[in-house]
This record gives sequence, structure tokens and C-alpha cells, in this order.
Amino acid sequence: MNEVNQSILTLILLVPLAGAVLVALVPDRVKLPNWIALLTALATFVLTLHLPAHFILGQGGFQFEIDRPWIASPAISYHVGVDGLSLWLVVLTGLLAPVGVVASWNAIREQRKIFFALFLLQQTAMFGVFLSLDLMLYYGFWELSLAPMAILIAMYGRKDGPKAAVKFFLFTFIPSAPLLVAILWLSARTGSFDFVTLQILIAHGSFPAGPLYWAALAFLLAFAVKVPVFPLHGWLADTFSEAPVALAMVVAGKLGLYSMLRFHIGLFPAQARAAAPYLIALAVVGILYGACLALVQRDFWRLLAFAALSHLSLIALGIYGFTFTGSAGAVYQILNHGLIDGALFVLLGVLYDRYATSKIGDYGGLAAKLPRTATLFVIATLAMIGLPILSGFVGEFLILSSTFTGVSRGWAIAASLGVILSAAYMLWLVQRLFYGPESSMSASIPGEDLHFREQAVLWPLAVLMLVMGLAPSLWLPAIESALHLPRWKESAVLPVSAFSTSSAREAQR
Amino acid sequence: MTPVPDILRILPELILTLTGVAIMLIDASLPAGCPRRPLGWVAALGTVFALWSSVGQLALPQGTGFFSTVETSAFTVFFHVLICGIVLAALLLSLDTLPEDSHHQGEFYALVVFGAVGMCLLTGAVELLLVFIALEISSISTYILAGYRKQTGSGPEAAIKYFLLGSFATGFLLYGVAMAFGATGTTQIYEIARLAPSAQNHSFVLLAMALMLVGILFKVSAVPFHVWTPDVYEGAPSPVVALLSTAPKAAAFALLLRVVYEIFPTLHSLSAPLLWAVAVLSMTVGNLAALRQLNVKRMLAYSAIAHAGYLLAAFAGAGSSGIAAASFYAAAYAAMNVGIFAVVTLVSGYDEKLPLIADFRGLIYRSPLLGGLLIFFLVSLVGIPFTGGFFAKFYSFSAAVDGGAVWLAIIGLLNSGLAAAYYLRFAMAAAQRSADKFAPPPAPMPQVGVAVGAALLLAVAATLVLGIVPGEVLRAAEAGAHTLQAPVSHAGALPVPVDPRPIP
Repeated sequence: MNEVNQSILTLILLVPLAGAVLVALVPDRVKLPNWIALLTALATFVLTLHLPAHFILGQGGFQFEIDRPWIASPAISYHVGVDGLSLWLVVLTGLLAPVGVVASWNAIREQRKIFFALFLLQQTAMFGVFLSLDLMLYYGFWELSLAPMAILIAMYGRKDGPKAAVKFFLFTFIPSAPLLVAILWLSARTGSFDFVTLQILIAHGSFPAGPLYWAALAFLLAFAVKVPVFPLHGWLADTFSEAPVALAMVVAGKLGLYSMLRFHIGLFPAQARAAAPYLIALAVVGILYGACLALVQRDFWRLLAFAALSHLSLIALGIYGFTFTGSAGAVYQILNHGLIDGALFVLLGVLYDRYATSKIGDYGGLAAKLPRTATLFVIATLAMIGLPILSGFVGEFLILSSTFTGVSRGWAIAASLGVILSAAYMLWLVQRLFYGPESSMSASIPGEDLHFREQAVLWPLAVLMLVMGLAPSLWLPAIESALHLPRWKESAVLPVSAFSTSSAREAQR
Repeated sequence: MTPVPDILRILPELILTLTGVAIMLIDASLPAGCPRRPLGWVAALGTVFALWSSVGQLALPQGTGFFSTVETSAFTVFFHVLICGIVLAALLLSLDTLPEDSHHQGEFYALVVFGAVGMCLLTGAVELLLVFIALEISSISTYILAGYRKQTGSGPEAAIKYFLLGSFATGFLLYGVAMAFGATGTTQIYEIARLAPSAQNHSFVLLAMALMLVGILFKVSAVPFHVWTPDVYEGAPSPVVALLSTAPKAAAFALLLRVVYEIFPTLHSLSAPLLWAVAVLSMTVGNLAALRQLNVKRMLAYSAIAHAGYLLAAFAGAGSSGIAAASFYAAAYAAMNVGIFAVVTLVSGYDEKLPLIADFRGLIYRSPLLGGLLIFFLVSLVGIPFTGGFFAKFYSFSAAVDGGAVWLAIIGLLNSGLAAAYYLRFAMAAAQRSADKFAPPPAPMPQVGVAVGAALLLAVAATLVLGIVPGEVLRAAEAGAHTLQAPVSHAGALPVPVDPRPIP
């Protein structure tokens, strides 16, 4: 078992890559690329499950760590590891991969080899972002995650793929230029790219304050675009409406939010705290702005994009509130949002596949024809708007209550308005798509309900939403173990104890 | 220590020269109708031998030969291997793409090989007159190659433009050499380096450096000496451009490294700001101009100008880190640029029936292999990690940051964001479905032959190796940087004592 523990992260990184190479080599016949991609994704998912099974809760620091020199000069090492922060994100990424393959099963008809090879390459890049503990390695995977995404958006875009792809790429590529300069500057002064080393050095004040402020800002900018934080969300709506379902569901949110927690707050706690008031304000604006725009969208991809902006801003609010509960809730909500967004994207992808339009006005009264689709869509919607006993409630409650008690009542009330608005636009969307009189379009096209494959991935997601709503204590202890750091305020007392186990209460003391 | 026979010091050049002469003789003795294509294989074989022999030179003790005119060191071997690799790839590319019925194939291969002689010699020469001769050998071959499609209007135009402006630049270099001789009384590089700091006519030394820089910056197509580049790239045949945009540039950069770090190291505080400005200008002008291009080769020409700028950023680094970064960049740029020109040559054809970016639309659907490769090389040119382009930029800009030029790094990285826009436009064109699904393809897709397949494989492998395990190449570059910085004592080895008196 020990050997497995020592190589599991390398396996998680290499298996999708090997799958990508294999897909590129085999002939494109009888859905062979699809099957290889599916098997690779499932195998990777099983590998990621090894992590929570063997994760030791009480142990601080990183686990399953591998640290080998990669390039001698400058000293870049292959340093990967997992802690409570990244543990579940890795599993989530593993879970969404087979979902993505199934969602693309029939939607991708041309050049399947290229699609699935790049899709699997994208998986490796995302795992790499979550696992890397060397800043250069991290930057490598961060950038690598852009290229397959941009190419696939261009190739499989619904209307004007190349335009959306270029927009997406430039929006995220240009801010990573200052990020690289900041990383180079940190290493030029210390000779190290290692996250842990740099964290200690910065904490001990080995850097001059002025440039450090700019370095922190460069990190923040790159991550804020990727989340996206208002007003840097310009790429999101176009990307959501053009990207293939399998990629749209992973493009926003988790990579940027995780990086904020790990590398912005983790490396520059003082600078992040100084920036927090502005970010909180931007997050609340983002919550309300996204919600308002979601209310008036006529295209369901764009509606989902602005809904995502609103929900991701709420998570950013939790992160930059600097309360222990808020941060735990934020991480929980990242997982949860990934899950719900994944399900919604697959379901809307099913509708788009059957009816070839994303105009909400063309739909209506589908519940009678597609009962299973409607049921699952309603479950995901309810989870998203934060109905108690479903997963969205836990994260949103933790974030909002900690903001209320630990940050500012005004901001908390404003943010809660966004939650109410989210119920409005999501339920209205359900009503327009599935209920009411049957529209002429849905009457004219005989739509098929969910296939076996689609159900096989969607029902587990729905069950998971319920479990995550009922038993957050399965996930929270690991997350909290990563937040056992003095930089979080101790003031917010109440909320976690309502949900979580004794380990959280220990953390409060 | 037994003295090394002088002939071993120029073994790669010698092999290449013999190959070139042999090709010309065979070409002349073959009957008119006989296919000349096998001569290309002879040239490729000769290049492989030259490459192998230059690796063998590593075993020689570092030193000079032929009365202190040529040097072999880790530095020269690095560039010899690089240039021979590029020439090999260009030859393989030409083998499959030159028209079968061309009567001048033999000359073509011979000229490529002679060009390689000049370029290799340029990196090894430590005597300015030999530098000049090497530069001329390389230039004259490339002038002729640039005008090889003489039936078109743009071919001769390219050649004449290249020739006139090139000679002009060589003139500058020669003036610089004259000034250096005037200040120090010698043209031997180590001697100049030794005498220049104490030269009485300090203004002569400054002028020498400035004039030499102008001449070399022209050769590497840095702004403001770049105007010839787009026209020449557009007019010259694509396989030649694959060579032209990489090998002579690598040689010229090697010479630039010698001038900046070996001849005038004491003047680095003066040359660094100059090169800083040229670097910023090159990348900005190159990228902005490339954004507007519709023709693939013109776009790649402006991209080459921008890349010269990124490479020059490494010169802000002090000492060995700057030299190593610049050498590494030359190698990485060569790998991806040869690759992309190979793809462009295959798609557009020798006659360039499809010269525009719009003509590449839907390439990935017509030929997944070529489309995929095109996107791969573009991704590397953008500088995405795990490709050679990333580490090239990385080392270059970290050398700049180390040397204190943080702003240069920031400008450079923002520029690479700008550059992503046009590379991406090209990549997106290839990835985009054609507007009309049933339209016949604009041209039949060429088959990827054995030779060109080998060239592509070489380029892909080099790009990936430089992006994933750059350690070995970087170590070689650093070893080279070390030998350039600390030349062994030569003063005693000089056969003729040089009169150090300055010319009055």
C-alpha cells in the first residue's frame, strides 16, 4: 500500500495523458475513441478515490507527497501533494471526467480522436493544477489547461467558436504574464519555486513589502480572471454558450478559486487581507449583477453563465471574509457548485442535442415528454438555489452566516438578496422549459428522454447532491483540517458546529 | 598534452565543404534528364556526419587552431549541432517538396550545404576577418536561395532586397572591424578583448562596438533593421525560409554573444541598455505588425522579428545566465519554427497556391495530422508550458529579471500575450470548419513523405524535449556560456606577437 501511496499522484497525472496518446493512435472506428476515453476517465476516477480512502485526517501538511528534482537550474522540482483543500477537488475532477465523456458521446460527431485526446489532456492539466506544490510546475499546468480548452471551443463551437476561443484564451493568458513575472521574482530572490519554502520565507518577512504587494496583486489578478470575479467576467458568457458541454462544466470556478485559497491567501496572507475589503465588495456586486443579468437572459447557456458568475462570487465572498467557517463553506461550495453545474450542463446539453436550440422561448411543456429530464433538472435546480437537505444549502449557509457574524451585516444581507434572486431565475427557467403549454417547437420534434448512459451518470450526481446536503460531515473535516492555520479569524463561532464533527470545534478553540 | 591537429578544429566545416563540392561535381557530370533528388540524400548524409563530428569535438581540449583563428569549445559545439540540425531538417523538407522537374536541384542542395559551412564557421571564428569571410559565405548562399523561385515576381525581388540590405549590413560590420583594429591594432578577438579596455582611443572602441552591433542586429532582423524580413520570407521558397529564419539567425546570435560578452564585456553597461531598447522595439513592432497580416509567411516573418526581441531580452542578463538563455532560445525557436514552416510548405506547396491564413481554414478536418501539428507548433510559439517555446521564454525572461530588467520581462510577457492573438487566429482558422461543408477542398492534401516525415518528427521531438526535459540542453548551453566567458589563456599561443601600439 505504501508504494501505491507514493506513486498515486503520478498515476493520476499520467493515466489521462496515456489515454490521450492512445486515443490519438487508434483508428477512429466504432466509437473506439469514446470507449477509450470513458475507460480512462473511469480508471482515473477510481485512482482519485484512493486519496480520501487513505487520507490521514489528523496529520497536518501534505500527504501522498512526491518531491523529485525535475530541472536542475533553475531548481524546479516535481513536487506534488494533497491536503484537505485539494483532496476533494481532485476527486471532483475525477468524477466529472466520465460525466463529460458521456455528455460528449453523441454530441461530438466529427474528429472524435482530436476531441477525446484533448479532453484527456485537459484532465491531466487540471489534476496538475490541484496537485502541484512547485510554483513553476503549477504555472505549467495552469497554462497547459488553456490550450486544449481553446482548441476544442474553436473546433466544436456552436455558432462562432473561434471568436469565443480567442476571447477565452486571451482573457486568461494575458493576466498570467504578470503571474509568471511575480513567480520569477519570488524565485530570483530566494532561488526556490517550492510552495512550502516560499510560504515560510514570506511569513518570515524575507521580502521587501512594496514589491511583495505587487507580486500578490499579480497572483490575484490571474486567479480573479479565471474565477471570474466581477468585472473580469467578459469571457464567461461566450465561453459557456460556445464550449462543448464536457468542457464548459469545468472551465469556470474551481481552478481559480482553489488557486486563490492556496496561492494567494496561502502565500500572501497579509496582502490578501489588505485586499479583502475590495474583493468582498466586488464579490457582492458580482452576486447581484450576475443574478440580475441571469434574470433577463433569453439563452439558457448565457443564463447559466451569469448564474455561475453570481454563485462563484458568493464563494469568493466566503474566501475573502477570512472567517474559518466561511472558508470551509467556500471550499464545500466549490465542490458543490462543480457538481450542480456539471449536472445542469449535461441536462441542458441533452435538450440542445434533441432540439438544437438554446433559446428558452422556444421551449415549453417538456415535462410530459421528458419526465426524467425534468425530474433531474428540478433536483439540480433545487440544489443550486439552496433548498435545505440538498447540497447547496450547506455551503451557502456557512458562507452567508459567517459573513453576517464575522464580516459585515450589510454585505451579508446584500449577498442574501442574490440567493433569493437565484431562486427566481432558476425556477423561472424550469417553469419556461418544462411546464406551461407545450410550445410549437417541442410539439413538432419528437424528443427522446434520457438514454441509459445519461441516466447512469446523472442519477449518481443527484444522489450525491442529497448526501452532500444531509451529511456534510463526510467532507468538512478534511477541508477544515487544511484550514487549521492561525491566519483565519477565530471569531466566527456558530455555524460549523451545527454541521460538523468535533474536529471543527477543536479548530475553533 | 599533445597538440591537437588543426584540421580537427574545423572538421565539421571540412566535411560540409567536401559534401558541397561533391554534390556540385556529381550534379555537373549527371546527364540532363537524370533526377537530382538523390543528391539531397547525399547532402543530408554529409550534414549528419558534420553533426556527428562536431559532437566529437567535445572530446578535444578547448582551444584554437590555424594561428588562433578558429576555436572549438562547448559554445561552438552547441551552435554547430544546432545549425547542422536545422540544415538537416531543411534538407529533408526540401527533398519532398522541391518540384521533381527542377533542373537546379543539385545546386540547391550544394548551396544549402555551403551556407551551413559559413554559419558553422561563423560560430567558431575568433578572428574578425575570418568572421567576415564566414558571414559572406553564409550570406551569399542564402541570397541565391532566397531568389530560387525566379519565375515568380516576388522571388527575385526577395533576393535583391536581401542582397542589397544584407551587403549594407555587412559593410557596417566591416567598418566595426576596422574601428576595432584601429583602436587595438589587432583583429584577433581575445586580443581585442584584452586590449580594448586600456585602448587610448576609447571612442574608436565604442564606435567599433556600435557598428558591429548594427551589422549583426540586421542579420537577426531586429527592429529597426527588420524591414527586409517580411518581403524576403514572402518571396523565398518555404523550405528556404525554414532555413533562413533559423540557422543564419542562430549563427548571428552566436556572433552577437561573442561581441557582447567576449569582445566588449567591459562595455556591457553600455550595450545592455541599447539591446534593451532594441528588444522592446522588436517584440512590440513585430507583434503589432503581425496582428494585421493576412499572408501566412508575412505573419511568421513579423513573428520572427518579435522572437528576435524575446531572445535579445536574455542579453540583459549578466554573464553566463544570459548567454545560456540566449543559446537555449535559439535552439527552441529553431525547433518550432522549422516545424511550422515544414507544415506551411506541405499545405501551401512549393508554388504557394494557398498563401493566406484564410486558406488554412478547416485544415484539421482535411488532414488531422498536419492540422494537429500546425496547432502544436503554434502553441509552442505562443509559449504554452511543456513545449520548447515556454522554457525558451522562461529562461530568457528570468535572465532578464536576474539582470535587474524586471520591466523588460513584464513588457516581454505582455507582448507574448499580444502574440497569442495572431498565433491563435491562425490556429483557430485551422480548427474551424469550412463555411460550406460540401465545397471541394482548395487543393489536394499532399502526402507526408518519408523525408519530410523525418523532418517533422525531428522538429516535434526537439520541441517536446526542450519543453519537458530541458535540463540536458540547458546544461550544454551553460557549458558553452562558461567557455565563452572564461577563454583559456591564449596570449602565449599566438604565433605572431601583435604590436599593441594604437594607430596614431
